[in-house]
Amino acid sequence: MYDIVIIGAGVVGGMIARELSFHKLGICLIEKENDVATGATKANSAIVHAGFDAKVGTLKARLNVRGSEMMEQIATDLGVRYKRNGSLVVGFNEEDETTLRSLLDRGNANGVKGLKLLTREETVALEPNIGKEVTCALHAPTGAIVCPYDLAVAAIGNAMDNGVELKCNFEAVKIESRGEYYAVKSENGEILAKYIINCAGAYSDGVAKMVGDDSFSVHPRRGEYVLLDKNCGGIVSHTVFVTPSKMGKGILVSPTVDGNLLLGPTAVDGEDKEDKAVCPEFFASIFGIAERSVYGIPKNKTITSFCGLRSVGSTGDFIINSPLPRYINVAGIESPGLSASPAIAEYVVQLLRDSGLNLERKESPVTKRRSMHYFRDADRKTKNKIIKENPAYGKIICRCEGVTEGEILDAIRINPRATDLDGVKRRTRAQMGRCQGGFCSPYILDLLSRELGIPYEKVTKNGGDSYIVIGKTKEEKL
Amino acid sequence: MTDLVIIGGGPAGMSAAISAYENGVKDILILERDDSLGGILRQCIHNGFGLHKFKEELTGPEYAHRYAKRVRELGIPVKLNTMVLEITEDKRVIATNSHDGIFEIQAKAIILAMGCRERAKGALNIGGSRPAGVYTAGTAQKLVNMKGYMPGKEIVILGSGDIGLIMARRMTLEGAHVKAVCELMPYSSGLARNIQQCLKDFDIPLRLSHTVVALHGGDRLTGVTIARVDESRRPIKETYEYVSCDTLLLSCGLIPENELVSGIGADISPVTSGSIVDQDRHTSAEGVFSCGNVLHVHDLVDYVSEEGEIAGKGAASYIQGTDVRNTDIKISVDGKIRYSVPQRITEKKDVTLYFRVSGVYKNVRVNIYGDDKLLISRKKQRVAPSEMETVKINRDMLDNISELSLKLEVVQ
Amino acid sequence: MKKELTCIACPLGCTVTVTLKGKEIISVEGNTCPRGKEYAITECIAPVRTVTTTVKCTDGSLVAVKTARPIPKDKMMEAMRIINYTVATLPISVGDVIIEELFGSSVVATAEKQ
Repeated sequence: MYDIVIIGAGVVGGMIARELSFHKLGICLIEKENDVATGATKANSAIVHAGFDAKVGTLKARLNVRGSEMMEQIATDLGVRYKRNGSLVVGFNEEDETTLRSLLDRGNANGVKGLKLLTREETVALEPNIGKEVTCALHAPTGAIVCPYDLAVAAIGNAMDNGVELKCNFEAVKIESRGEYYAVKSENGEILAKYIINCAGAYSDGVAKMVGDDSFSVHPRRGEYVLLDKNCGGIVSHTVFVTPSKMGKGILVSPTVDGNLLLGPTAVDGEDKEDKAVCPEFFASIFGIAERSVYGIPKNKTITSFCGLRSVGSTGDFIINSPLPRYINVAGIESPGLSASPAIAEYVVQLLRDSGLNLERKESPVTKRRSMHYFRDADRKTKNKIIKENPAYGKIICRCEGVTEGEILDAIRINPRATDLDGVKRRTRAQMGRCQGGFCSPYILDLLSRELGIPYEKVTKNGGDSYIVIGKTKEEKL
Repeated sequence: MTDLVIIGGGPAGMSAAISAYENGVKDILILERDDSLGGILRQCIHNGFGLHKFKEELTGPEYAHRYAKRVRELGIPVKLNTMVLEITEDKRVIATNSHDGIFEIQAKAIILAMGCRERAKGALNIGGSRPAGVYTAGTAQKLVNMKGYMPGKEIVILGSGDIGLIMARRMTLEGAHVKAVCELMPYSSGLARNIQQCLKDFDIPLRLSHTVVALHGGDRLTGVTIARVDESRRPIKETYEYVSCDTLLLSCGLIPENELVSGIGADISPVTSGSIVDQDRHTSAEGVFSCGNVLHVHDLVDYVSEEGEIAGKGAASYIQGTDVRNTDIKISVDGKIRYSVPQRITEKKDVTLYFRVSGVYKNVRVNIYGDDKLLISRKKQRVAPSEMETVKINRDMLDNISELSLKLEVVQ
Repeated sequence: MKKELTCIACPLGCTVTVTLKGKEIISVEGNTCPRGKEYAITECIAPVRTVTTTVKCTDGSLVAVKTARPIPKDKMMEAMRIINYTVATLPISVGDVIIEELFGSSVVATAEKQ
């Protein structure tokens, strides 16, 4: 019997697990996929929004501004790449300028610091490559960028350091209330816990229905992105948005913490919560808009494109409530969910405290974690010391991103452990470069097969039936 | 201090090492990232290599073996499992391996011979889902030939480059069903012999002017949508066609793996993505030479070896201080000829120009002008982008000219 | 009857036209070299191909092999089946005979393996 089961190991579930793990509680984090951080956490804009966008007085506004304030410290504690690069919302005409003015007012009301409306000249001074038609911009110096799955992995790893149990491939299909506790059932058995926290993202409405709460629904909003090669991130230093429309914050052009350039997202409302198909037509539209806001985007440096699903709640705000005793919804966490995630965790812990849960802090919980990038970030002397102790760090496996065997083994051995190719990619960047795993994936398959003690043909790209090879040659099975 | 550091122990690097040695430079070090010499030839187990060089038909491993054996015989040192991380303008090579850690070597000259990589799916803008089962042809080749694993059993191949064609045959021989090879262009970029012996021999359809517009499937690929493309290579909606398959192999072009040159500021050709070089394969960075697929993508390994020899010899002269610069002739190409290597000539001597055309042309003349004077005119029945052409320039043609221009003229 | 073939003897890939009268070859045109003529004649009478593949070694790894000479084209798949059942004993040097006789050729290693 656990005190708390958290359903969904994305960045929100992970941050809540971490915050709760500092307390004397038995916690289990369950995830339906083969790895953590595979839903909306995996594919989003990787932005820590300043907080001028959300409507005044909403949870979104409050938690965004608070989360943005907390993020730098948390990223430092968890060794996660974070950069306060500032953001610009660019306008092209007077109508946009009016919108930007109202954003400025809204931001001020939300408590965002340092907002300023810039002229074209002031904008060009900050970003020389800004689009030629840009006439004005809203500058938010507190805007930042962070790697969302790095953050989720590190938060969950930290929670596990404090004893939280992680169960992947454990999909909640039924929840029974049994008086003082709940039974969360999946095809792989059941988990008993006194409290449930529903962080199931796109599926959080389904989980709520399992306990009889049908007060909200969540629908997926597709967002397609294009990622450009590492040497392209320098074209802009700020995150550059276009003035928002009803459907989202508009197409952005942003450097990532790893130096890539990210363009996107589109915003298409859908029904299918698994439909991450990229429309062949979207490339033209994304580049069209992006090239208007930033000049000289090197299109031919595209290395990949992907689609993320934002979980849009039916209420227009984050849905964080407790409709039943010892049960909390954390749903509809669309943008600015990543930015708000540390504050959401703080808020949920407060809700639990208010509901009478005894939250006694551990004497010395682990609050910091060695960065997954410690080898990469080390100086040459330190690196050579590490290689001497463990020669695996001397051997480069992913040549495009310069990732060593030692780092890949860390990803497979350190909690939360990577058990598939994509898991290794998110943790180490191996396969994320120009060749997209063309050279290194067979070597990573070797390492996964060896470390997990499973045959080659059982290693997957991302769990389920996503096998890489179907069998050995010369075995007449075909 | 090492006289010559060669980055890459594939056909270009090995040939360059042997040539430099035979031209008098004995202090050589080859740095190879894999666990054995040979480069990509090790996984190219098919035959067709060596007809120019050895007048016999060899497989990739056999061709590599001849050079590796010679490197061994000459006692040229090789560091295996060693990855070069950076080279600097003052010719320091920074590399890493498990044994030495991260180390630096000061070189008098460097030869770049890192080869190329395949264009990945991300660069192709294919729509649809992102399931497992999509590989570059070279990755599939490694899995099948080196590791002994089958990526799948129902295969569609996008791109009719030679590796794609070779893999169509290879997968078929190992029991898979190759359903189609789609080629964006109206002509194949592979060799005619490979269309015959890899596709026609096995009744595999080649769909010219076709591309893959979308992937389907959740965990693993279940099919692809293919489409005919119009003259500007845009897919035509009315021709969308679903083909079920569990594997998509991509053979959509090779790109020189040239990232190391960013550290030395050598001029790069936007056409080849390789360095701009002179007749000795000397880049614009002094003492740094380039050869093989990192310089420009070749279709025949024999030419790679030849280029390695030129670079090895050039580096030897440079190290010995016997290199001569007695002219500076720029080599220009018209649009129908995409590029030439070398791009400039700095020493008056016999020079072979290697070049590629930008489309399929029939009944043409390759005309080479020295300034405005026609020096060479060679008739060709057919030229195609997939086949590298060569033309030899004699030393005496190089007197008193400042530019050589290569033009492809269609004969009416 | 005229038959158009793509010569596979070398990378040039010449288009060779063979004129046949029944089974008799009247002329061969379009070839650049004598090997092209030879190829065209064989291709019309009894086409052959060199098979290159891999064979399992005693330690479970693979080594590259080829038929030392071309074998009948219609026997390729059968040859593959036989090669796939074969296990080669280590160590192996380039040129080692792995199968003595397979449709008129031996099968030899094209790579070395310790």
